[in-house]
Amino acid sequence: MQVSKSLKRLIYWELGIPISLLVIGIYHGLIQTVYRAGLLQDVSFLKINYYQGLTLHGVINAVVLTTFFAVAFGHATMTYFLKREPKKNLSWISFALMTTGTVLAAWAMLAGKASVLYTFYPPLKGHPLFYLGAALLIVGSWIPLYDWAKMYIAWKKENRDTKTPLAVLGTLINFIIWFVCTLAVAYEVLVLLLPWSMGLADVNVTLARTLFWFFGHALVYFWLLPAYIMFYVMLPKLAGGKLYSDLAGRVALFLFLLFSVPVGVHHQFSDPGIRQGVKFFHGMLTYAVAIPSFITAFTLAASLEYAGRTRGSKGWFGWMFKLPYLDKSRYLFAYFISGLILFIFGGLTGIVNASYSLNNVVHNTAWLPGHFHMTVAGPVFLAIIGMSTYLYSTMSGKKVFLPKINVIIPYLWMIGVLIFSTGLMWGGLIGEPRRTNMGLTYLNPKSNLYHPEWIPTTTLALLGGIIMFIAGMMFIVVFFGTMIRKKTAEGLLDLPVSEAYHDEKRIAIFDRFKPWLVAMAVIIVIAYVPAIIDANTNNGSSAPRFAPENPIPETLTK
Amino acid sequence: MIKVDPTEKKIVFSTMLLMSVFVFSILYAKEKYRSDVPECVPYNAAYLQPKIDTLDDHLYRVFAVASMWQFEPSDIKIPAGSEVDIYLSSKDVVHGFNIAEKNVNMMAVYGSINKTTVKFDKPGVYTITCHEYCGAGHQFMEGKIVVTASSITKTK
Repeated sequence: MQVSKSLKRLIYWELGIPISLLVIGIYHGLIQTVYRAGLLQDVSFLKINYYQGLTLHGVINAVVLTTFFAVAFGHATMTYFLKREPKKNLSWISFALMTTGTVLAAWAMLAGKASVLYTFYPPLKGHPLFYLGAALLIVGSWIPLYDWAKMYIAWKKENRDTKTPLAVLGTLINFIIWFVCTLAVAYEVLVLLLPWSMGLADVNVTLARTLFWFFGHALVYFWLLPAYIMFYVMLPKLAGGKLYSDLAGRVALFLFLLFSVPVGVHHQFSDPGIRQGVKFFHGMLTYAVAIPSFITAFTLAASLEYAGRTRGSKGWFGWMFKLPYLDKSRYLFAYFISGLILFIFGGLTGIVNASYSLNNVVHNTAWLPGHFHMTVAGPVFLAIIGMSTYLYSTMSGKKVFLPKINVIIPYLWMIGVLIFSTGLMWGGLIGEPRRTNMGLTYLNPKSNLYHPEWIPTTTLALLGGIIMFIAGMMFIVVFFGTMIRKKTAEGLLDLPVSEAYHDEKRIAIFDRFKPWLVAMAVIIVIAYVPAIIDANTNNGSSAPRFAPENPIPETLTK
Repeated sequence: MIKVDPTEKKIVFSTMLLMSVFVFSILYAKEKYRSDVPECVPYNAAYLQPKIDTLDDHLYRVFAVASMWQFEPSDIKIPAGSEVDIYLSSKDVVHGFNIAEKNVNMMAVYGSINKTTVKFDKPGVYTITCHEYCGAGHQFMEGKIVVTASSITKTK
């Protein structure tokens, strides 16, 4: 469909800004594996400190890229499926807030004044502008939800008996989850951390951590749902088949709405201050949120099998060999399938982490980044970069630069991640810590803390990291190479849309938000009121500010 | 009522069954091997004084205190076969406390007290790794527990 110049420009900027920053983000990913393997035995490289680089890597890749993309992709899906555009002024205000926030936080990080990692746990202090920047990025991303909700209500009035398009349902659910969970982190940042970072108050660390993880796990679904929307709506069509069940997609999405938030304490299994019963309850709710992912795994596999059989496959597994893996005219398929293969392992290792006492084996070891690079750097990242190229190239009417390279990028990335994560997870199981400049000590033969048993694990991670870096840079070349090409066709917003194999009739309950929102609120209250009470009652004293390089606290300024 | 594909019914059922097996395993391990997540202990500033108490010949109590960038007490020495209650706290930022060989895995958080119990059957040197980023010296922060060949197992 035709869309306005303003919307096109908005989407280009919302894709272009984070992808430019991604160059810095990916570089710091690679450099970490070099330090960790013991090849760099220094506190910094090219004047950038290890932990400063780690902060840049996490904030850019996991927060800035994902948030900008979710907003851009949301604009595209809402416009395409509801046949109306978001309000010009609101969407540009949202963009301006997000960009300002990103610039502030980027300044603080690049100036070395906020080496606090993307979880910014107090009482390790970052510059106030880092916190303010994070808050602006989040608040900016709320605005489109308000606008999209109005677009949806207007559409619904005209189409009372039509099923809400699956992509629209997914986008709205994703941003409702995002709005609810970011309320907690906005409170943490604006009420607890900002005054504290300016030296006006002390901070209850356990409460801040609890509020962070109220947000932190729902965040991973905010990363994931745009990819899920692509898998349900586009993947079956690209594979040459149909979506096995439309209803299954709706059920999965609503289950995410219910269970994405009230599971955050599973990140705090090892924390003090929260009772075991609360931890166990959140562990069980995490199992509940695994169910929509299992449903999705089945539905997508069934859809792909249908596609394979339609293309003439025989036998039980023949369909796997009949899919358009290297078809450069449907390169999105390559990005999706590589992501899904990684997600099999990402999902299973996630269940390990959620499994209560089993968490003792893996918590905060290298296992963890091993796990989440097969989720956020798996299906999420591949869907984001594939769709960014797709949206830009179709909306601008420019052909993709180096199409043959473009279709192999996701496979190369997948191989890189598999090697990288194997190294990290193996290391984690034998005690290798995450978030540590191991080149200085643990992987340095001259140090009395030398751990030679981590040589094979960090070497594997380095090898995987190099492959990932090469694939990542190839994507950067393809994306910006496409940008500088000449326009050869009319630029249109056009998304691949699958038909459903089981296209169930409209069921009222799966086409309404209110009952689900009420249920969501009830579950969150039940799960989080005890956790918040614990964090408040078991905290014995509030903490002053500590700069990363100094064990002596900074005193209050008043 | 809506018709649901029989394969879909089966997959939802088997998923639930699988998750139930997992839940059962967690509960079973909790009863049989006393595997559990760290406990929540009410705050008391006394825990911030690092020390080792001998409760009886095979029962110890350690007040472990993490700070930028060391674990105290630094010289924990106990005989094999001992059971140790570890109370962990932090004097400053968040630290990690991981004894990988014993699956002891705790966070040291300012203002809160963490607790776990661990039994050291085999003699040896067990390293404690700080696995949470805690500032510039994080990678230097390792502690150890020395478990000596036991006299109590002989006398028993």
